[in-house]
Amino acid sequence: MSAEPLLSVRDLHRTFVESKGPLRRETRVAAVAGVSFDLPSGTTLALVGESGSGKSTTARLILRLLPADRGTVLFDGLDWLALGPRELNARRREVGVVFQDPATSLNPRMTVEEIVGEPLEIHRLARGRARRERVTSLLDAVGLPASALGKTPREFSGGQRQRIAIARALATEPRLVVLDEPVSALDVSIRAQVVNLLRDLQRATPSRPAYLFIGHDLGLVRAIADSVAVMYLGRIVEAGPTEEIFSRPRHPYTALLLASQPRETPPGEGESPVRLRAPGEPPSPADPPPGCPFHPRCPSARAVCRESVPREEAPEGSPSRFSCFFPAGGG
Amino acid sequence: MSARRGDPLLSVRHLAVTFPLPSGEEARVVDGISFDVAPGESVALVGESGCGKSVTSLALLDLVPPPGRVVSGEVLFEGRDVLSATEKEKEAVRGGGIGLVFQEPGAALDPVRTIGSELVDVLRRHRGLSRRDARRAALEWLRRVSLPDPERRFDDLPHRMSGGMRQRAMVALALAGGPSLLVADEPTTALDVTIQAQVLDLLRDLRRELSLAVLLITHDLGVVAETADRALVMYAGEIVESAPVRDLFARPAHPYTRGLLASRPSADGRLRAMPGSVPEPGLRPVGCAFEPRCPEAFGRCRAARPTLQPVPGLPGEAACFLHDGGGVP
Repeated sequence: MSAEPLLSVRDLHRTFVESKGPLRRETRVAAVAGVSFDLPSGTTLALVGESGSGKSTTARLILRLLPADRGTVLFDGLDWLALGPRELNARRREVGVVFQDPATSLNPRMTVEEIVGEPLEIHRLARGRARRERVTSLLDAVGLPASALGKTPREFSGGQRQRIAIARALATEPRLVVLDEPVSALDVSIRAQVVNLLRDLQRATPSRPAYLFIGHDLGLVRAIADSVAVMYLGRIVEAGPTEEIFSRPRHPYTALLLASQPRETPPGEGESPVRLRAPGEPPSPADPPPGCPFHPRCPSARAVCRESVPREEAPEGSPSRFSCFFPAGGG
Repeated sequence: MSARRGDPLLSVRHLAVTFPLPSGEEARVVDGISFDVAPGESVALVGESGCGKSVTSLALLDLVPPPGRVVSGEVLFEGRDVLSATEKEKEAVRGGGIGLVFQEPGAALDPVRTIGSELVDVLRRHRGLSRRDARRAALEWLRRVSLPDPERRFDDLPHRMSGGMRQRAMVALALAGGPSLLVADEPTTALDVTIQAQVLDLLRDLRRELSLAVLLITHDLGVVAETADRALVMYAGEIVESAPVRDLFARPAHPYTRGLLASRPSADGRLRAMPGSVPEPGLRPVGCAFEPRCPEAFGRCRAARPTLQPVPGLPGEAACFLHDGGGVP
């Protein structure tokens, strides 16, 4: 790596402790169990995985909506997790966020002008007429007319509301934008509009923001991400450049995820509809199996997989890194 | 009474459903649609939110929630109209002739009843089994849908199961009554992708084993490609295209179908977005409902409503003037 990455995450951990049942028995859920990655400026990294994989918790730790148990996050060289409340508030403008459901993430009693202008007010970036002008140009950038200014979120469709959320996230010219399933609640034809908009804005915004995109639709991930990190039970099991992950998955879980995506076109005459499948479901993060967390479902698992946790490796010449004793396509 | 050979199993004719708008007007969310499902056929009803696909599936069993109501049309199941049947006859069709699976099994399953007792009920009601035989058959169904550890799950409440297991239980419940048609409304939308793949495999296997007809309601063209023989594309309350799936994907005839297919992520990572959004209820244009978003619209599309017609050179039908000799300016 030549240039310093904008965001550098190392060995991030977060365990939730819950007391359940009449005996208030404690269960410990290791939601994020040693996550590390780099995100260079102006690029997009997708964190993918199924429910319970820890991808959204990872995003919340980085956003500091939740405290981490341990690990470090360097943001532009700054020890992000160690920032005190005052420093953090002053720096928050550099990180934008868009959540899955604009219906709940936008205040229904505020006008669009107030919603998009609020970050500008909080960080004292613009006031009065300058603020209105800035909000109008942000709305224009996300494809909404100036007539939207005085309206409230409920007067818009889901796709338009997500545009409002994106305008708000970009208002302070952040250098990092966390996109937590930003199009999952939208219809297919609207999804494409919003994904294309996000891609265009990344190039057109002067701060050249990096995107941390949390998603589960691999097709969309392929359309937006430069690199992909696949998570399973709180860990990154494989990470690398998007094309590498899609064309040469090394970890059996990555291969399973790809094979589980519904096909793009119907099977041809006589073609078997059956493809790679794994039995069972992801184990509960409260009760992970010993050894490799994927071994109970893995078609290539052998004895060693049940006993030891594979260490992450990045063989020479391999653009991706993965944690598997028996990776596919190995030399 | 059974239908004649060659007759469709399900025949929907000119079905229209309205919902009142705050203004007091009635919005036709299903706008006079007609389609058939043959015995053993797998048909997908595909479209985006608000297109009327889910309301259609509810109307098949006269389950449209008020204030919505069916204002016209017939739903002929095995030759008899469900909508004009007595309440008792409808009960026999629901869960008996037609099985239902919903998106969120958590909402469809009774939260305070074990899955075993629900299954026993269905088997006694629709198959006339004794309590003991019903229990045995219920366990067999849990095995057939590959619910792990069926003996233990028999006495479990729905919230003790994962989403994937609940959907398997829901499938068992929908099929235990011995239906010849399974209506599945977004059955895998709430599931993770590896579990979705398992449930789609399960539905495909059961369909073959039981010679079931399936009507699958979905927004996901990938799910259509995985499971269906034929697809009906809905837009703003109407069916705009009907075609065998291979033809639909290879040579889509309606511009909306083409737009939907193009807005999916493809191998080259590019998305071709369709402009605009669906018309709001009650604000449907006079002519073709898709005309404001259609890249190929011309004068006639604003003036008149196209109806579903055979497409020259293709096995399917489309509601579009482009195929009506009208495409030539």
